[in-house]
Amino acid sequence: MVLPDFSIALPEIFLACVAMALLMVGAFRGNRSTSLISWLSVLAFIVTGFLVQFEGHASVTTFGGLYRDDTFAVFMKTLCLGASALAVIMSIDFNKRERLVRFEFPILIVIATLGMMVMISANDLMSMYLGIELMSLSLYVTAAFKRDSVRSTEAGLKYFVLGALSSGMLLYGASLIYGFTGTTNFDVLRDSFAGGEADIGIGLLIGLVFLIAGLAFKVSAVPFHMWAPDVYEGVPTPVTAFFAAAPKVAAIALFLRVFITPFGELVDQWQQIIVFISIASMILGAFAAINQRNFKRLMAYSSIGHIGYALVGLAAGTEEGVRGVLIYMAIYVVMNIGTFACILSMRQCDGMVEDISELAGLSKTRPWMAFFLLLFMFSLAGIPPLAGFFGKFYIFVAAINAGLIPLAVIGLVTSVVGAYYYLRIVKIMYFDDAAEGFEPVSRTQSIIMTASGLFVAFFVVFPAPLLDGAEAAAAVLFS
Amino acid sequence: MLDWPILSTVTFLPLIGVLLILLTSGKEESAARNARWVALWTTLFTFVISLFIWINFDTDTAAFQFVEKGSWLGNNINYHMGVDGISMLFIILTTFLMPLCILASWEAITVRVREYMIAFLVMECLMIGVFCALDMVLFYLFFEAGLIPMFLIIGVWGGAQRVYASFKFFLYTLLGSMLMLVAIIIMYFVAGTTDIPTLIDYNFDPQLQLWLWLAFFASFAVKVPMWPLHTWLPDAHVQAPTAGSVILAGVLLKMGGYGFLRFSIPMFPEGSEYFAPLVFALSVVAIIYTSLVALVQKDMKKLIAYSSVAHMGFITIGIFTFTQQGLEGGILQMISHGIVSGALFLCVGVVYDRMHTREIARYGGLVHRMPKYAVIFLIFTMATIGLPGTSGFVGEFLILVGAYQVNTTVAFIATIGVILGAAYSLWLYRRVVFGELVKEDLKNIMDVGRREILIFTPLILVAFWIGIYPEPFLDVMHASVVNLMDQHETAMQASKTILNAAK
Repeated sequence: MVLPDFSIALPEIFLACVAMALLMVGAFRGNRSTSLISWLSVLAFIVTGFLVQFEGHASVTTFGGLYRDDTFAVFMKTLCLGASALAVIMSIDFNKRERLVRFEFPILIVIATLGMMVMISANDLMSMYLGIELMSLSLYVTAAFKRDSVRSTEAGLKYFVLGALSSGMLLYGASLIYGFTGTTNFDVLRDSFAGGEADIGIGLLIGLVFLIAGLAFKVSAVPFHMWAPDVYEGVPTPVTAFFAAAPKVAAIALFLRVFITPFGELVDQWQQIIVFISIASMILGAFAAINQRNFKRLMAYSSIGHIGYALVGLAAGTEEGVRGVLIYMAIYVVMNIGTFACILSMRQCDGMVEDISELAGLSKTRPWMAFFLLLFMFSLAGIPPLAGFFGKFYIFVAAINAGLIPLAVIGLVTSVVGAYYYLRIVKIMYFDDAAEGFEPVSRTQSIIMTASGLFVAFFVVFPAPLLDGAEAAAAVLFS
Repeated sequence: MLDWPILSTVTFLPLIGVLLILLTSGKEESAARNARWVALWTTLFTFVISLFIWINFDTDTAAFQFVEKGSWLGNNINYHMGVDGISMLFIILTTFLMPLCILASWEAITVRVREYMIAFLVMECLMIGVFCALDMVLFYLFFEAGLIPMFLIIGVWGGAQRVYASFKFFLYTLLGSMLMLVAIIIMYFVAGTTDIPTLIDYNFDPQLQLWLWLAFFASFAVKVPMWPLHTWLPDAHVQAPTAGSVILAGVLLKMGGYGFLRFSIPMFPEGSEYFAPLVFALSVVAIIYTSLVALVQKDMKKLIAYSSVAHMGFITIGIFTFTQQGLEGGILQMISHGIVSGALFLCVGVVYDRMHTREIARYGGLVHRMPKYAVIFLIFTMATIGLPGTSGFVGEFLILVGAYQVNTTVAFIATIGVILGAAYSLWLYRRVVFGELVKEDLKNIMDVGRREILIFTPLILVAFWIGIYPEPFLDVMHASVVNLMDQHETAMQASKTILNAAK
């Protein structure tokens, strides 16, 4: 018997071992060791990040074609690991103050991240499903993590029920695809469609639609977005920060991998569905956020809108489009982490606040925090010279080059509508009279805020590393 | 030619000032004082350096000068800076107005002075960048980024309705520029580059040109602003602090006119030719309509804001005549309007600082208490009317000469606008300055102080300089304008050949 090449999955194996080891530490030493476990898991993310970098130079598969490693996977995994590590760091301080200290929390994030890495490297519908479920189940638990709070448990339950439904759809779609093509392997699927002569049966098409529906749920794209606002609002803020970044990246990575590699030849079949989803997400994200008072809920709608923009790049179905999506997601993650570092700093003497009116006059009471939040808001709105503009720019370059001019115009117009609610936050911080103000920003939070703020502001000066990295990663999917 | 990157230096020098202001700390009072001085010295220094551009400028060539090029985003999107006879004067205008703006805000701004000065310095960097950029993405970057500091300037230091005005300003302009962004991307797709000189030489498909022209028009027409997209301007002007109004009227509006000259005419000659009647129509409506609206205004700033719309109408007419007189008149009128309307806003600022009202009816008979002010205000009123000898006359005259060659009706209606302009300006002057000093609260009003005289002196000098001896200004633009006309001519020929071949 020939053993498969384990070295290709070394980062995942390492992370899985770490998760179990940390669980042991936690089980024996209890909640006292939470802080230690948190920092150890951050360390594990960093080590895994290095392992990932050393792995992927060539495009290789292992485990009988179930698993693939390439530059695309390296790019997306690095992003996920970074986002997860920052989410853990941001949670430490918060959980301590909110008396939410439980050692399971960082471990759940580690396991969820493991699931994301499997998703990103999936080269088969089976491994794809494995990764999704590993990630989702961990996320359901983290959502309901604040057990004593009705809102948190409600959010967790909602997420779980709807998530299970979407997993069912995904699985149903996968089984239809298997039934009509006879394979679940991405490479074999791609070869069977090569040349465009293959007859696309209605069954396969329905399978594809179900697959899209399942994935759209994971990225919270319209019309499968209903869970996002409630979950974002209900769960503890560090969990929201985590939800908004890493899982989105992984799900988008999967979206790209599935629809470019095996079904790339069928672009005519799925393009209009993606176009619809992306238009609907952009419009809903822009209009529904206008009246939100809760900052986390607002960010939920904002993320729906941003996923809509990212999907514009997928709808283009070209290498340029994929590159745009990669750039977009990288920038999106940084902006979101920064924004959530600010939200996590909205603490008054009697606890956390989430209403955006509490930000009133922040520019006087906490000028630096206000300034960074201003940068993030303008960047999310896509105003140059901030990083968010470049994300949008590359997406729309790809869309227009693919002939999707109406889509690009709709996207840009909705971004003007979206700019309104980002501006409103700036207005509250800068134009309104000072409200109660917040307690001093904790050190970790201010470091994260500053780092992401500098990235957002100075991306314009050194854009090359990210642009080149995304280009190399995108090229792999089309080779 | 200079052997150091003067354009980048001038563009980014204000950011050094920002850094210095950030480094100053201390108590509110001393920090504010330091911020003022740092901002003043930075802007003055920037102005002096920018003069080197003019001194070393070669007036014999239409090519771009002081060119700097570096790789930036890759894929033919580069950091490319350079000036020609069209853009050079706008840079000088910007750097010239900035120290005056800082001086004008010296005492008027008392809260959050550091942030205010930072916003202005960032604004200066972005405005200069707009006129230097020779890459469309770079241009767009500077063009759009200017919204952020201006939004804050209006919103934080503005009047009572500042929130409404700042949102309207931001969203209006953003919507217009989004369409321009689409057009930029389409051009990038078609021509494979965003380099402006290359695109000027590129002949776009005549049919496509019409769409691209409209998309750019959407952005520039909002910025100029042209009727009926002008409604953000009166709000923004009235609510902005005095120096903000000066920058808005003096430089931001000129970006629209500059955009027409840099993009619409050389890149889409077919589109420009096709839509020139539309521009004429909108411009004459703007001239007549906004002049009439200006007549009935009760607020001084609003009146001047509407007069700006009318004056910008002249400029767009001049630009779209495609004649040398019209184009040069348009450019010169933009410079002149930048000086004169800026000065008028400063005049309003002088009395506003004292009385905290802009209502015309609250004033009257100021000449008895403020003779120096009356003289200054008179000079700029005459300049805005276009009295011979002042800067307003030269530009307006050239534009009308150009317009007459192309379309006598347009020239005729525009000339009516000149008369209306005289009517509202003089009437404003009469109501504010002449008459009996009857209002109780005006009886102790002080005349202009030393600082204010310091602000107005250079403005008066330039207003007369352009009016009496405009040759140095026109000399700079001759080569570029002639080149622009040639390009337009050849491009028209080229597209005619394409159209004929298609038949």
